Amino acid sequence: MAFTPTKETYSGKVYSVAIGAGDGPVTFGGENVLPFHSFEGATPNKPVIAFEIQDVPPADWPENVRKPFESVSGDPVTWAKYCQDELKAAAIALRLVGTHPDRENRSPEDAAKTVKDVLAAIKVPLIILGSNHAEKDSPVLVAASGAAKGGNCVIGKAQEANYKTIAAAAMANNHKLIAMSELDINLSKQLNILITQMGFEKERLITDPMCSALGYGLEYTYSVMERIRLAALTQNDTTMQPPMLGDIGMYVWKVKETQAPESDLPHWGSLEERGIAWEAVTAIGLLVAGAEFLIMRHPKAVAEVQKTIEELI
Amino acid sequence: MALSGVEIFKLLPKTNCKKCGHPTCLAFAMKLAQRQATLDSCPDVSEEAKKILGEASAPPVRPITFGSGDKAVKMGEETVLFRHDKKFVNPCAFAVEIKDTLPDTEMAAIAERVMQSEIDRVGQKLRIDAIVLSNASGDAGKLEAAAKVIASKAAGVPVIISTKDAGAAEAAAKSFTGKRPIIYGVDSSNAEAMAAVAKANKAIVGIAANGLDELAALTEKVKSLGVEDMVIDSGARKAKEIIEHNTLIRRAAIKKNFKPLGYPIINFMQREDGLHEALVAAIGVAKYASIIVLSSIEKWKNLALFTLRQNIYTDPQVPMQVEQKVYNIGEPKAESPLFITTNFSLTYFIVSGEIENSKVASRLAVMDCEGLSVLTAWAAGKFTASKIAQFITESGVEKEIAQKELIIPGYVAILSGSIEDKLPGWKITVGPREANAIPAFLKTRA
Ligand code: B12
Ligand code: SF4
Repeated sequence: MAFTPTKETYSGKVYSVAIGAGDGPVTFGGENVLPFHSFEGATPNKPVIAFEIQDVPPADWPENVRKPFESVSGDPVTWAKYCQDELKAAAIALRLVGTHPDRENRSPEDAAKTVKDVLAAIKVPLIILGSNHAEKDSPVLVAASGAAKGGNCVIGKAQEANYKTIAAAAMANNHKLIAMSELDINLSKQLNILITQMGFEKERLITDPMCSALGYGLEYTYSVMERIRLAALTQNDTTMQPPMLGDIGMYVWKVKETQAPESDLPHWGSLEERGIAWEAVTAIGLLVAGAEFLIMRHPKAVAEVQKTIEELI
Repeated sequence: MALSGVEIFKLLPKTNCKKCGHPTCLAFAMKLAQRQATLDSCPDVSEEAKKILGEASAPPVRPITFGSGDKAVKMGEETVLFRHDKKFVNPCAFAVEIKDTLPDTEMAAIAERVMQSEIDRVGQKLRIDAIVLSNASGDAGKLEAAAKVIASKAAGVPVIISTKDAGAAEAAAKSFTGKRPIIYGVDSSNAEAMAAVAKANKAIVGIAANGLDELAALTEKVKSLGVEDMVIDSGARKAKEIIEHNTLIRRAAIKKNFKPLGYPIINFMQREDGLHEALVAAIGVAKYASIIVLSSIEKWKNLALFTLRQNIYTDPQVPMQVEQKVYNIGEPKAESPLFITTNFSLTYFIVSGEIENSKVASRLAVMDCEGLSVLTAWAAGKFTASKIAQFITESGVEKEIAQKELIIPGYVAILSGSIEDKLPGWKITVGPREANAIPAFLKTRA
């Protein structure tokens, strides 16, 4: 019996989003097929991985992922330049954790200055993230958006509780915006609708359906992402067509598997490789589910995921 | 996609005799198409029609058991393309390659690692499931000798004999009589001879094709030679092709009920670099592989791959959960601490594991919250002060303990006051947020 492959034709398409100014923008999304299905449609852009850095030294990162940045992470500008120049980062994600009220409680003005300094020092696109404190993120990201005007940056994250101010600031300063909801396709759709109803163009949005780490809820993120992609492609649901983000590093580098020494758990094997594998396998899982944009920490994990992306296209 | 009612009708006797309990043959055919009736209700159906209808109603991916005994691996039986539609059925097997060119001691060392690979995670025992014995030497005698080493050092582990040489396959298969091995390497040049060896040894055939067209032709050919159980390799090696071929195979089986590709897929994922290999394997776990062949099985790699497989193959409708009750950890006495948590398997196993680590005998009250984690259950209104109070009261744990003290998860510290109100005479202690801080927490109390 001869075999005729069943090729799907999809009615929808993921928006392609270009970020950054400097040396020219970096683009992701744009495909009209499920992830890596280049055999039945167009996949014009590769997924993009941004290196995560923060405004304060990463004292709370486990040693294995702190070590590679030991000599540069005291200062965000040095750290950003190191990622760009030495690690050839495609983009930098600056997380302003120091603004969290339970942490250093830095002011929006401090945050704006850090953003300005980092942006001036790099040519690759910048992603500016708050501390995930819904209330404090509003003034912080408003100030940061202004400071980064003209940078065509990504601002994140707008959530149900604070999207209005953050989306308005991103809109006024011509940035892209991450909309994050909590692991539910309907909540994600609803937030995208609310933000576009403010006049924010849906072609400038990035959906974060909320990440989770391998072994700690990855299956939920995986399936929400798959469902979002299917809605975008097969039902041509335009509210589900922004590219998706996997904010991987912060979820992975807090689970036990990335921290427990081999001496405590001999059957888990080498801690160093285990931690890197945990981040990289989480990333691959989400890429296969539909993420086009990742934020990661460990240089080796990023390099290996990049290598695998090359094999996938 | 099974046959339509009209297609089935054409195969029925068309006498409308009503013996099947339906007014007409057509009505019966419609019920069959909806799988609301079975063919055996019609006494007059022809043998030929039985054969055709039987095949059409068989599961789209053939169920096959590889190996024997308690390490046997079930494969196939999948019914969907996406895990949110319905639970993926049979988790893929991980197999490590052992080449017959290796010295015996090294073969034995890998076999030993396979035997020791079992890890307990969230209550499931996970391990490297199988060994691929490959005829890298091209020498039948070497393959046979290696088979003997593996049969003795990895007794009970399902084996894939990989060779293009039917004579070598025959010689090696003797070491696995009655063990349902796979004989992999069947192509257009050797199909007859290999199929004969597989039949004689009750083995599963592993097709080694070059492309999907050839793959479909080969399974048809092997089937005509009298072998029903097969695993299929399209020849895809690059990650891009693996996604493409595995997807097209699964789609053809599920959506078109295309029998020549309705078999479990075997993917050869070997790479020089262990981490890169893990990442390609991860793609196979998500995208339809039934057997994933690896070149190395480091413990860290196994843990990551087992965990991913567990995630992908859990039921998307029902979270993994444990029974509601007060669990003893160690041998608690009346003055031992009492903890409470939810019945999400992951939560239970993490918390009980950390209490075990602390080496302090304890009681852990696990409350039914429909398998939700602590914070999710709290946000969903299932882990509330009144429900906790009711559960603790009804559990009767009070009678076993000296002091009425309950330690609650740090993330729900906010509940402590209201639980105290609802459990008069009890002291509520807020534990740490993360379970890994429990051993230190217990130390400071001692
Ligand atoms: C996966 C997930 C889901 C899954 C459910 C998974 C499940 N089986 O529970 C789904 C998608 C269904 C879901 C739904 C919801 N979720 Co939810 N979910 C998550 C997520 C990503 C992971 C949860 C998880 O599995 N954690 C792992 C387990 C092991 O953690 P744990 O049970 O808390 O146990 C740890 C500690 O508490 C401690 N511990 C546990 N027991 C004990 C006991 C003692 C004595 C001690 C000392 C310690 C201790 O040890 C463990 C490890 O350290 C979290 C965010 C995150 N990344 O944490 C949100 C999260 C829990 N969800 C949240 C919410 C709001 C919801 C929803 C209400 C939202 C919605 N979409 O409608 C619904 C509610 C469910 C419903 N209505 O049925 C919020 C809760 C907010 C809050 N602070 O209250 C969170 C925190 C997300 C957020 N906002 O950041 N969710
Ligand atoms: S028993 Fe068979 S032949 Fe008689 S009506 Fe039913 S289907 Fe038709």
